[in-house]
Amino acid sequence: MSQSQKHLVVIGAGMASGRALEHLFEAEPDAWKVTLFNAEPRGNYNRIMLSPVLSGEKTYEEIVTHDDAWYADHGVTCRFGEKVTAIDTAAKTVSGEDGVPVAYDKLLVATGSAPFIIPLPGHDLDGVIAYRDLEDTNAMIDAAGTPGARAVVIGGGLLGLEAAAGLRMRGMQVTVVHLMGHLMERQLDEAAGYLLRKALVDRGIEVRCSANSREILGQDGRVRALLLDDGTELPCDLLVMAVGIRPNTGLAKEAGLAVGRGIHVDDQMITSDPDVLAIGECVEHDGALFGLVAPLYDQAKVVAKTLAGDPAQFVNKEVSTKLKVTGCDLFSAGDFAAGEDREDIVFRDPARGVYKRLVLKDNRLIGAVMYGDTADSSWFFGLIKDAEDVSEMRETLIFGPAFQGGTPLDPMAAVAALPDDAEICGCNGVSKGDIVAAITNGATDLAAVRSTTKASGSCGTCTGLVEQVLGVTLGDEFVIPAAQSICGCTEHSHEDVRRLIKSQELKSQAAVWQELGWKTKDGCHTCRPAINYYLLADWPLEYQDDPQSRFINERKHANIQKDGTFSVVPRMFGGMTTSDELRAIADAADKYNVPTIHVTGGQRIDLLGVRGEDLPAIWADLNKAGMVSGHAYSKGLRTVKTCVGKDHCRFGTQDSSGLGIKLEKKLWGAWSPHKFKLAVSGCPRNCAEATCKDLGVVCVDSGYQIGVGGAAGMDVRQTDALAQVPTEQEAIDITVAFYQLYREHAKYLDRPYKWIAKVGLDWVRERVIDNLENRKALIERFELSQTIYQKDPWAEHARERAESYQPIADLSLQAAE
Amino acid sequence: MTNWIDIGALEDIPARGARVVRTALGCVAVFRTGSDEVFALEDRCPHKGGPLSEGIVHGQSVTCPLHNWVFSLETGLAQGADQGQVPTFPARVEAGRILLDATRLAERSAA
Repeated sequence: MSQSQKHLVVIGAGMASGRALEHLFEAEPDAWKVTLFNAEPRGNYNRIMLSPVLSGEKTYEEIVTHDDAWYADHGVTCRFGEKVTAIDTAAKTVSGEDGVPVAYDKLLVATGSAPFIIPLPGHDLDGVIAYRDLEDTNAMIDAAGTPGARAVVIGGGLLGLEAAAGLRMRGMQVTVVHLMGHLMERQLDEAAGYLLRKALVDRGIEVRCSANSREILGQDGRVRALLLDDGTELPCDLLVMAVGIRPNTGLAKEAGLAVGRGIHVDDQMITSDPDVLAIGECVEHDGALFGLVAPLYDQAKVVAKTLAGDPAQFVNKEVSTKLKVTGCDLFSAGDFAAGEDREDIVFRDPARGVYKRLVLKDNRLIGAVMYGDTADSSWFFGLIKDAEDVSEMRETLIFGPAFQGGTPLDPMAAVAALPDDAEICGCNGVSKGDIVAAITNGATDLAAVRSTTKASGSCGTCTGLVEQVLGVTLGDEFVIPAAQSICGCTEHSHEDVRRLIKSQELKSQAAVWQELGWKTKDGCHTCRPAINYYLLADWPLEYQDDPQSRFINERKHANIQKDGTFSVVPRMFGGMTTSDELRAIADAADKYNVPTIHVTGGQRIDLLGVRGEDLPAIWADLNKAGMVSGHAYSKGLRTVKTCVGKDHCRFGTQDSSGLGIKLEKKLWGAWSPHKFKLAVSGCPRNCAEATCKDLGVVCVDSGYQIGVGGAAGMDVRQTDALAQVPTEQEAIDITVAFYQLYREHAKYLDRPYKWIAKVGLDWVRERVIDNLENRKALIERFELSQTIYQKDPWAEHARERAESYQPIADLSLQAAE
Repeated sequence: MTNWIDIGALEDIPARGARVVRTALGCVAVFRTGSDEVFALEDRCPHKGGPLSEGIVHGQSVTCPLHNWVFSLETGLAQGADQGQVPTFPARVEAGRILLDATRLAERSAA
């Protein structure tokens, strides 16, 4: 070292310090003598390209940024594979593992970050690794070498997904376990997260969101499976934890440097010691930590200038994210989530799987999320960084810089995107391909398609879809009759959406919004309850009911009254009660100051005027007396009204109250397109008024007459005879099958009589009465749904959610002071 | 002068949901949108006094549970054909906590 050279010691040979050295040697080729410590036994490589190494698209050699020759050329003393054990800022020395102090004029700390390991039981088993360096990558490549090997990746963020995709490309069975509701929630919104999930599932990766890990199970010291909170066991030979990183600050802290979450640096990248600089993932600048490469490179420039004595200032700019998974085109930048005074511009093209969302504030673009088409992402990123006023181009902004007049949203895109084997007509099993074939063979209108393929010839609810297939196939030659859409958020009718949810297997609201081209970000008060119902009815196991998409009555399990109080109606199966139940109701009424008690038309007792905050408590009291929610507020099973039947009545022919109780026990808790009321009368005198119910049973000497489609509301209508059967069991089976058919097919908010008028009683009879196999299948599907939905919401809310019924805060005393 | 007070964590309100804050001058509804924005409005529909906190939240709007009036969470203005405005209050989120301006809440009677 020549006399004039100053000595720079660098701790950590990562991407940040590597870039800093490049700038330094460029600016002052001979000013510095450098000693470079690195705990990894190698020099600087492009760490963010580990994912292509894992997937096999690149080799390690291809991602080395500084080789031995480079270090030699610049006279860098490399001490690789050697940890620094101490920094002495007073003596201005650094000690390596050999214990000999190395003096420095300036010290650059670039210790990077360490992966965060969740301290789950079993986290120290063999086969549990992080995804951070070449060693981890090689361990993953080795594990993937065993045929049939399985991997679980905890963490659905950038790194976790890159690990999952890489392991999958190497042939492993991969499951991603993510705590949050959608993937990459820090970079993506729900819709983009949904598309990403779909792309990963398409390539054979299992994705579990909202999944909490409980324990890592081992065998002989090696990982065997991951156990989730819900009891699911995911067998695996390799478990990758990719849940986040933590700055490596231990060394700096021991040296007495100021450390918060990271090593504190100022705008010149200088730490609390004027001769010590820090850079990269180990630093904290103005409260921010760094995990992406762009700001690190900016810091590298500043470090080089500071060392050279030139003025420089680090400014933390907007960053953008791209996922390095081949085939997943995704971009996210800026702030697209929290904040006020913002506007969204949303563009969806279901046919191409494209989603774009721009977030504007004060006429400036502040955030963007894109999936499927990210060609214009750098242009949008530029607008975000420059905070340019975009009011002039607001109308066409989303179409990008090359906008040439734009294409309007195509309501038929969803139908155009359907594969040929997608079922359009469920009644007759007609696929889109069948219909297209019929059209190309000359069936150019609805009637012709109907007569050649039978599509839309039965219940008719797929008529709109058949017309759209005609429109897509024939283009301008076919004019689609206008069907009424659900609401302003979509061009589709209820019937179309129901069928598309089934045929496209859409299992989340985000999936419906995206695939069916919703025009709003998250629907409205009209479409959300309908979509929520359709999803839970069609996919009881896969879809999770969304309380925020329900009207208040169904969210709080009580009927809201005009003064904002609620009514509480406990269930009385078949209209039967006991003195104990009545006593408990009376006690509850006293305890909660219920002003009004009313006997309902459905044979039960309504406590009116209960305060919202008291609901969980009054429910708990009624639960104690053995009573459950009466669902008097629901689009679902309400009551089964009965007369007392042959046990008491001299005219009674069958045990009508007994049958009523059995029916109510079977059906309670289920949701349906609208409310569903039943009655059972013990004789044709019909004291239970069974002939004006959605389904009514009238007992006769020879058995049970079942009528459907009655009403006694805005419309008054007598039931139509569906069947007469000799046994009670058949009466129950037919009732369940009819209810399920209604649940599966009717438009939201259509009572059965309206639905039957559309599909025809013959169509119903064919499925529920004539076809015994179909009846059995309907019953089985209903029972499956009941395993999820037949639970008392009162008990659940009183137990687990009572807090949410209280104000979040009480400032009444503060404000009065 | 603003006097920001912490009323709870963002997670205490479900996304596309609301909770109320009780004050001496009636309840204030604090809404959280699907994009995690937070807004505070008087919990009273100008039409028939419906509790807006019980409505369905969509985009930056809420629909009153009693008669489906829709209000902008940002401005408090009724949307569409309906006429009316709900008083709004400054609200923000900082480090996962929801903050309301106590000064403005207290000033309400004068407004």
